[in-house]
Amino acid sequence: MKEFLMIFRSEINESFGPTPEQTQGNIQDWMDWMGGIAAQGKMSGGSRLSFEGKTLKPNNVIADGPYAEVKEIIGGTIVVKANNIDEAMKLAEGCPILSHGGNVEVRSIIPVNS
Amino acid sequence: MLRLDLSYQLIVNLNEKELITQLFKTEYRKIISVLCKLFGPAMSGIEIAEDITNDTFLLASETWGLKGIPENPTAWLYAVAKNKTKDYLKRNKIVEEKIIPSLKHNQNQTEEIEVDLSNKNITDSQLQMIFTICNPIIPTEAQIGLALRILCGFGIEEIAEAFLTNKETINKRLFRAKEKLRTANIKIEFPTENDINTRLETVLTTLYLLFNEGYHSNTHKTHLRKELCLEAMRLNYFLIENEVTNKPIVNALMSLMCFHSSRFEARTNQIGEPVLYDQQDKNLWNEELIAKGNFYLIQSAQGHKLSKYHLEANIAYWHSSKIENPQKWENILQAYNQLLLIEYSPITALNRTYALAKVKGKQIAIIEAEKLNLLSNHFYFSLLGYLHTDIDNVKAISYFEIAQKKAKSDNDKSLLNKKLKDLKK
Repeated sequence: MKEFLMIFRSEINESFGPTPEQTQGNIQDWMDWMGGIAAQGKMSGGSRLSFEGKTLKPNNVIADGPYAEVKEIIGGTIVVKANNIDEAMKLAEGCPILSHGGNVEVRSIIPVNS
Repeated sequence: MLRLDLSYQLIVNLNEKELITQLFKTEYRKIISVLCKLFGPAMSGIEIAEDITNDTFLLASETWGLKGIPENPTAWLYAVAKNKTKDYLKRNKIVEEKIIPSLKHNQNQTEEIEVDLSNKNITDSQLQMIFTICNPIIPTEAQIGLALRILCGFGIEEIAEAFLTNKETINKRLFRAKEKLRTANIKIEFPTENDINTRLETVLTTLYLLFNEGYHSNTHKTHLRKELCLEAMRLNYFLIENEVTNKPIVNALMSLMCFHSSRFEARTNQIGEPVLYDQQDKNLWNEELIAKGNFYLIQSAQGHKLSKYHLEANIAYWHSSKIENPQKWENILQAYNQLLLIEYSPITALNRTYALAKVKGKQIAIIEAEKLNLLSNHFYFSLLGYLHTDIDNVKAISYFEIAQKKAKSDNDKSLLNKKLKDLKK
């Protein structure tokens, strides 16, 4: 099996301020979806990204925030195992970000030492 | 009933055979650990320790039968073990030439070799033996066997019965394990502060598997199965009693074991057949063990590491709750999700799907179940049978039939038979 990186992107929503119940529900949706991939033994790893971040540009220019000049922000990534890109795309189905106007980019990973 | 604290106040009322059995359970492990520590695994030290300890108990059963029980039986055993060790050291030339010099070196050139059976040395030796036996250089099965033999004083026959195999296989397995310790020159010592957490994880894995061996064993001897679980708990309790090993993760495993064993009486019926969770008489659940499970779960909630034992204890906590509500299964599902993210196992995947059905309904769970693809696992087909029951009974029957063909134990087969009968009514 090969490894694929899933990148979760969604648009920046300035007025984003969910209620604690909404946040809890959202976390459960993500856990249920990831749990479903892990239950197939196809989860390799992943991480959620916080809002803290900076961007380093040429000439030592540092921009505040991870989303300085882009419309979309990366909310997190996971690495999954699949035989091919189509299978990996199947795993992406049902990702909670899709119901919040976001998208999942799936990329195959080439190990550094090959 | 399962009890952790064995009371020895009743000793006076025991005859000598019962007393020796009792003392064998409690003192064998202490004496042998001290002697293993004294000799070390090199030069077959573990075998020598085994021989001397066995001889000591043999002499006790011979002498006490004839002359009556001594005033202080434990002290008697310790004195005999000490003398036998000294005799052995005097008698044996190789030992004299190779082991004694190093022992003397360790003991600052004292003239006489001391067999130290003080409480402190007993505890230290036992702890060090736990770490020696649960060493990743020995295969896990052999670790469990050796733990049962040396740390729990089980006979070879009992170990063979627990593993559903014969004495020769166990003897070979234990021999090879001791050879490994000998050739790898493993020292019986306490792991360093840096190593303790990783080494402790190996120890906990062995205790976890020992417990599971008892809890899920196919052997029909219910008594033996309980005994295995109890031993895993005793060893775990031993780690909790000691400050250096009393870590949150150790308490999490203890909690998990307490919750599981609380259902021991409820999970088999009078004739030894398994009773599934849903059909258990909740009045048979052991409240004392559930309370202990709660206690250790609270103790485990420290530090930063959420281990798989924490999550499994959490799941077991909810299973021990007699209240049925949606939140219960939502919590169980979330814990299974997290558990799978830490470590995949087919049985966790199946249990997670069962919990999913409880939360989101069987239709959604069927879609998820079909992705699991665990075609060689009979529990997979049982789960598919359960999920299709009342939705598509024809399919449910065909799944249960596949499960029955694949099931290995008589108990599993008879359970599935019952399900099929009910469905075909």
